[in-house]
Amino acid sequence: MLLPSDFPIFENVEMSAISSTYALVRKDIQSELRTRYALNALLMFVVTSVATILFALRSDQPTSTVLSGMYWVVVFFTAMSSLSRIFVSEEERGTTMTLQLVASPSVVYFGKLMFNTVLTLSLTLAVTVLYMIVFSAFFKIETVSIFIITVILGSLGFASAATIIAAIVAKANTRGTLYPVLSFPILIVLLITVMNATAKSLDGEPLSAAMGDFQVLVGYILAMTGGSYLLFEYVWKD
Amino acid sequence: MEDRDRSMSDVTLTVTGLAKQFNRRLIFRDISFSISAGDSLAITGKNGSGKSTLVKILCGVLSATAGTVQYAIAGKNLSTEHARNRLGLVSPYLQLYDEFSALENLQLLSQIRSNDFPFDERSEEALKLVGLWDRRRDFVRTYSSGMKQRLKYAFALLHRPSVLILDEPTANLDAEGVSVVKRVADEQKRSAILVVATNDEDEAAWCRQRIHLGNDKI
Repeated sequence: MLLPSDFPIFENVEMSAISSTYALVRKDIQSELRTRYALNALLMFVVTSVATILFALRSDQPTSTVLSGMYWVVVFFTAMSSLSRIFVSEEERGTTMTLQLVASPSVVYFGKLMFNTVLTLSLTLAVTVLYMIVFSAFFKIETVSIFIITVILGSLGFASAATIIAAIVAKANTRGTLYPVLSFPILIVLLITVMNATAKSLDGEPLSAAMGDFQVLVGYILAMTGGSYLLFEYVWKD
Repeated sequence: MEDRDRSMSDVTLTVTGLAKQFNRRLIFRDISFSISAGDSLAITGKNGSGKSTLVKILCGVLSATAGTVQYAIAGKNLSTEHARNRLGLVSPYLQLYDEFSALENLQLLSQIRSNDFPFDERSEEALKLVGLWDRRRDFVRTYSSGMKQRLKYAFALLHRPSVLILDEPTANLDAEGVSVVKRVADEQKRSAILVVATNDEDEAAWCRQRIHLGNDKI
């Protein structure tokens, strides 16, 4: 018969938090690969939106500003359709309480944030590859360093905002409509900045020209992640 | 072994002036009690009286409107984090992951909990106890409701909790399952703390103390 044990857990809380967060990310990745809650929606959105843009453009040659705008519009709507699933799927399956029992709010927050970051990076990679194939004639990245940094910081920014919005929305009754309504005003600063920086990478501007944009992005990520971390426990618990 | 025995016998749960209100609706108020290892408590009351709400507050997954819940070992108060790792819960609103097998569920949740024990040995012990060892590699989505309830027991007992909280403990279980649960409850209340939330008089009789919700009497 199982009897209560003396020290069943790590006493080193920091090590325990890191290993817990890593285990949660692994659980979410395995779960996603089996259920395809977000992946299918993500792939469908990427393919249909890029195809729509392709048919709309026909033989027109868009400017770098238009191209970068369309690039991030695809990323935005795809991310909105898939990143919200991270908490909604736990609510729908009734496993929220299981997670609450086994992990602290900070472990859940950072675990979900990391998973959303991985998902957003995969998404931007998929959109970039598709763009380079479909719009090979005019989607030419001249300053690769600006583009890579923008995509990484942009993905982190998207994930940090989307994670806390998803946590709030998962507790609401009107999940479907609330997510885009809450997301747009929060993400508008991020969207404008990544579009500017991407246009600079397509125009072949030097890395130094995008420093201001990178500072805004880093500030956005820090503010959003810090604020979310402080707020998350209240959202998660009740 | 002596340390271990002392730790088990020293766990206490102290609840002081607990109240819960949803918007303007008062669920319960002025709930106070204290129980130590070797003791057991039944929470009874009609449907909607707040039994499950009280259980959620005891587990730390829901905030109380007023009052405190404090776990202590050898007189030393436990942080929320450490208290959570000493709790085991079986409840109808606690679900495990359908897309994983029983063994995967136990392993993943144990890793998220950062449990530091020989997993293979413990999981085998827990799954054999609830009679799911032969089906350990099957996806949970293929389980019946009774098997899912049994798996919840394996999950709750895997880390050998100092406080075991059972909400509707025999829901969906057959006669054999009920007898396993009875044995688990007997073992738990012998060495640690057992809390049972139920409407069933037989289940409430497993416990020495009782709180009846609904008329604020303790």
